[in-house]
Amino acid sequence: MRGAKSAKWVAGAIVVALAATACGGGSEDGGNKTAGQPDGYVSIDVGEPQKPLVPADTNESLGAYVIKALFTGPVSYDAEGNLEMANAESVETEDSKTWTIKLKQGWKFHDGTPVTAKTYVDAWNWYANIKNNQQNSFWFADIAGYEDVHPESGDPKGDTMSGLKVVDETTFTVELTNPVPYWEYKLGYSTFAPLPEAFYKDPKGFGQKPVGNGPYKFEKWDHKKLIQVAAWDEYQGDNKAKNKGILFKNYTTVEAAYQDLLSGNLDMIRQVGPKDLPKYKQDLGDRAVDAPYAAIQGITPVFYSKQWKDIDPKVLQGLSMAIDRETITKTVLNGTRTPAKSFTPPQVNGNQDLDTDVFTYNPEKAKQLIKEGGGVPDNKIFIQFNADGGHKEWVTAVCESIRNATGVDCVGDAKPDFQTDLEARDNDQVKSFYRGGWVADYPLNVNFLRELYWSKAEANNGRFSDEEIDKLFQQGDNAATLEESIKAYQEAEKVVLEKMPSIPLWYYRINGGHSENVDNVNVDFHGDFVLDEVTVK
Amino acid sequence: MGRYVARRLLQMIPVFLGSTLLIFSMMYALPGDPVRALYGEQAIDQAQIAEIKRSLGLDKPFLLQYWDYLTGLFQGDFGTQIASQQPVADVIADAFPITARLTIFAFLFTVVVGITLGVVAGLRPDTLVDKSLLALTLLLISVPSFVLGYAFQYFFAFQLGWVDPNVNDPENYGQLLLPAIVLGSLSLAYVARLTRTSIAENLRADYVRTAVAKGLPRRRIVGVHLMRNSLIPVVTFLGSDLGALMGGAVVTEGIFNVRGVGYTVYEALSRREGSTVVGVVTLIVIIYLVCSLLVDLLYAVLDPRIRYA
Repeated sequence: MRGAKSAKWVAGAIVVALAATACGGGSEDGGNKTAGQPDGYVSIDVGEPQKPLVPADTNESLGAYVIKALFTGPVSYDAEGNLEMANAESVETEDSKTWTIKLKQGWKFHDGTPVTAKTYVDAWNWYANIKNNQQNSFWFADIAGYEDVHPESGDPKGDTMSGLKVVDETTFTVELTNPVPYWEYKLGYSTFAPLPEAFYKDPKGFGQKPVGNGPYKFEKWDHKKLIQVAAWDEYQGDNKAKNKGILFKNYTTVEAAYQDLLSGNLDMIRQVGPKDLPKYKQDLGDRAVDAPYAAIQGITPVFYSKQWKDIDPKVLQGLSMAIDRETITKTVLNGTRTPAKSFTPPQVNGNQDLDTDVFTYNPEKAKQLIKEGGGVPDNKIFIQFNADGGHKEWVTAVCESIRNATGVDCVGDAKPDFQTDLEARDNDQVKSFYRGGWVADYPLNVNFLRELYWSKAEANNGRFSDEEIDKLFQQGDNAATLEESIKAYQEAEKVVLEKMPSIPLWYYRINGGHSENVDNVNVDFHGDFVLDEVTVK
Repeated sequence: MGRYVARRLLQMIPVFLGSTLLIFSMMYALPGDPVRALYGEQAIDQAQIAEIKRSLGLDKPFLLQYWDYLTGLFQGDFGTQIASQQPVADVIADAFPITARLTIFAFLFTVVVGITLGVVAGLRPDTLVDKSLLALTLLLISVPSFVLGYAFQYFFAFQLGWVDPNVNDPENYGQLLLPAIVLGSLSLAYVARLTRTSIAENLRADYVRTAVAKGLPRRRIVGVHLMRNSLIPVVTFLGSDLGALMGGAVVTEGIFNVRGVGYTVYEALSRREGSTVVGVVTLIVIIYLVCSLLVDLLYAVLDPRIRYA
């Protein structure tokens, strides 16, 4: 009897437990049973964007893919990284300080409302406001009146920037605080996209269901599974979609995505994982995508440390020559990188041949330069890296190369993950060198020099500070035209080479692939697939 | 009995408070700032970082943050994710049913196949059947689950083409089959071995001999007398195993692209999404507690001598 009575309790408890799981399980919609996709759509392994889909709140590559499909800003870049007009008819200036932006006629948002000068100005004011917590808000810092909406501390004084003025329906002017000859290049970043009226009623809801003015129209976002967008028939721009839509599919691992590419459940993969890299070209044949893009990786000495405080740059040049870039990129890195020959990648405007042997492996000269420069203090260097990013192998190889060539001891200093690594860099706690990467925000040499080696740049974590270089950068910023500015920065790069604020190692390559169902898979300067050009076979 | 259950349920409250505090403080102690990390290696904006932290309450001292979290929890608010700005409750509600389905699937597989194998082998100790079961389970126990996962994926999905390599639709039980087998295989080995030993031992017990002497049919001897007594250690194991399966799903979910709890915790951990980690882990702790309560209650069913007052 006793047993039977307790059985009742157990049964009751099980029913409760099952009911609890069933509530969650049964509520999902019944459709979407097949792994297939709608006709004419293409799919790509783009995981869950970190943030809501608002242009100025997206700075990571996954969200950027979706934003680029949904929104079109005033300008964009062609495959070579040159500027071309998109939503803007023209972007003009006489003094690099006051810019006039004329928009093309007849453009609309996906909800049918027109794209006007006001939609741009309102959006930029909203993005820049510190209270709206937009991650890219500092991109508007060049505009006059920015400190009113985005003060260093305290509450903003107003909610408009004085530098933005609507002239007529499709024209507005932008006044900058200081002349920036290359400002129009920044405009290609998707942060400068306009927002429709509907946004301001419910910014939070908009982030889950965005309405843009780009080649694709938002369809659905099934969190952590996929985002679906459809080609928009009424799109006016040149980059009108050549397929019917895109599925951005989330995979937990690159290996899983690769398996799906092989079995035909996925059309494009952005990056093949290390496990499959040695064989992906055999697997995919001419469907493998291997292309360089505008990003660079290097090791940066920290100039606040005792070791590098007053170092003779010759020592750093010597260390640079002790690294066998050719062999390491070919073997350890499986051809996923190209050896660096300057401080800027070839895809950016203003990249130049520095005519130097500092980036060429030469153990003899390396030893000699280090000796001339007074040797490496302590005769031992550390390279800090994050252990969760797949950097360990090449850091070990670089160290090996330096040790063999010069006799300077070199050890990797692993931080468990990227957050910890960043924290040490921000707080000036790096011992000797740190691994640093930079992906182009806009394809201009300025972006790779000013943001990294200007003494007040936020990303200058080596705390490199040199008056001569600051002055040269300033000259570039004061130049009358874009061409002169690029030239001035090229001159500055030559001095950067003499001072060696960092040791560039290699440029990035994308190693991806596509399925047999799609064609015309091209890569832009940023290393992203140009999705609107992809065609379905 | 009712009072016993009530007491056990009440005991969960301090465990719940303790575990949330522990996990919360662990997340707090981890180096790295989730808001700063959003900017990655690109240029950063200190004023904006400070403002985002202020609006999320991340600038407050630790105990105050924990208090905010607890008070929110009692109002049904699990907090908000820092990056996605989604309610953590939604994130959990998305991930939990998937893992629950996978776990229950794996659990059923473990129970049905494991106990059957164990009984078959236990009734014929030291025969060829028994020896081959021992060899099979030894293999399952010694092979790490990620090796097994990739091996199964390679053979059954790519070489033989019987199943899909990845789970693209977590409601498709055909796709969940392979991950469930991989997930359940380790427990399966233990369950089969426990059952086998227990059955083989009890087979020689006095009460079984009595039952045989009484002339009871064999089906009744094995099905009622032998099984009921032999399953006690197995049930103990299964109860604690259900919680372990949920936690162990992390590896399997990664291999087969299942976007369940394991994946959610892993991602949240690497992004320092404190409230998500605390929420999910606390839920797993509660499931563990409920499972062990069920096990204790099941003892009474299996063994009439055990009573709870």
